[in-house]
Amino acid sequence: MRRIEPVPSADPYLGAQGTAGLPPSGGPAGIVGRLDEETRRWMDELGGTGPVRDEALSRLHDLLLRVTRAEVARRRGRHPITGPELDDLAHQAADDALVAIVAKLSGFRGESRFTTWAYKFAVLEVSSKLGRHFWQRPTASIDVEDWERLPDRFGVAPDDHAQRLDLIGAVRRVVSEQLTPHQRQVFMALVVDDVPLDALVSRTGSSRNAIYKTMFDARRKLRAALVANGYLGDSTTKGAAGGLGMEEQE
Amino acid sequence: MSGWAELDEFLSTDPRDVGCDEALRLLHLYVDLLVEDKSGDAATRRYAGIAAHLRACGPCREDFEGLLHAATERRNETDQDERS
Repeated sequence: MRRIEPVPSADPYLGAQGTAGLPPSGGPAGIVGRLDEETRRWMDELGGTGPVRDEALSRLHDLLLRVTRAEVARRRGRHPITGPELDDLAHQAADDALVAIVAKLSGFRGESRFTTWAYKFAVLEVSSKLGRHFWQRPTASIDVEDWERLPDRFGVAPDDHAQRLDLIGAVRRVVSEQLTPHQRQVFMALVVDDVPLDALVSRTGSSRNAIYKTMFDARRKLRAALVANGYLGDSTTKGAAGGLGMEEQE
Repeated sequence: MSGWAELDEFLSTDPRDVGCDEALRLLHLYVDLLVEDKSGDAATRRYAGIAAHLRACGPCREDFEGLLHAATERRNETDQDERS
């Protein structure tokens, strides 16, 4: 385990409310929840100094490593990494999660168990690292538009040629006519080329939220167009306007 | 369900969906509630927008499932420690 030094950092995933700083000695100044015993112990020890803090960091790293190892194993089959490389990824994720936790400890407000809050960093690090690995596959590409794959994505049988052609034709037309270039690019990557969203985040330098929002708007537009063209039935609940608390962006 | 019905399901959006940032910001609170109350009623009632998001967003659902698994395991361990 490398030595951990706190670094200032802004993070959107702190908790339900804003941050509140712990005093240097690690007292519970920002805590709003009623702490369970284990959480209180973590806060005392991580907020302390010297060997007590070092020992707590070492124990926390062990727990994080257990989580990242379990997580890469749980996702087996959905990523191509195996063997020592997979364990190396779990180690990197645990190391980086610990750095992030130390940097953001003052933002922990005791609204959940400390370990649940800390484990979130470990799980998110695994996602991020697996997303980056996608592009190391020799077949990974977003440059080829293969519409033939679309019916498979929605469970159309390979021998149902009529439905396959019908579905490709309808979706391809509304994608071309209704979506902005950016929405079209994201739709093609995620839906037609089956690129994982986190891999697209890694490739484009965007965020998961921004890409999800782009896709959310695209889904709404496409459904409305397919309803208008008689391919899908209308529904007052499906495809309703709103959601995400944001206006549509081009 | 296949073909058009599956496409319809995929394209449908829930107006309560809070998006990835908000869902991940509060994910540990949502998971802790679920560990407390496995029926999921309390978590879904309190965080309807997160529940809606997790139904639609594969990557966030993957993170949620991983965190729920890890938090449940930890809770079982601490409960066992307290009993012994």
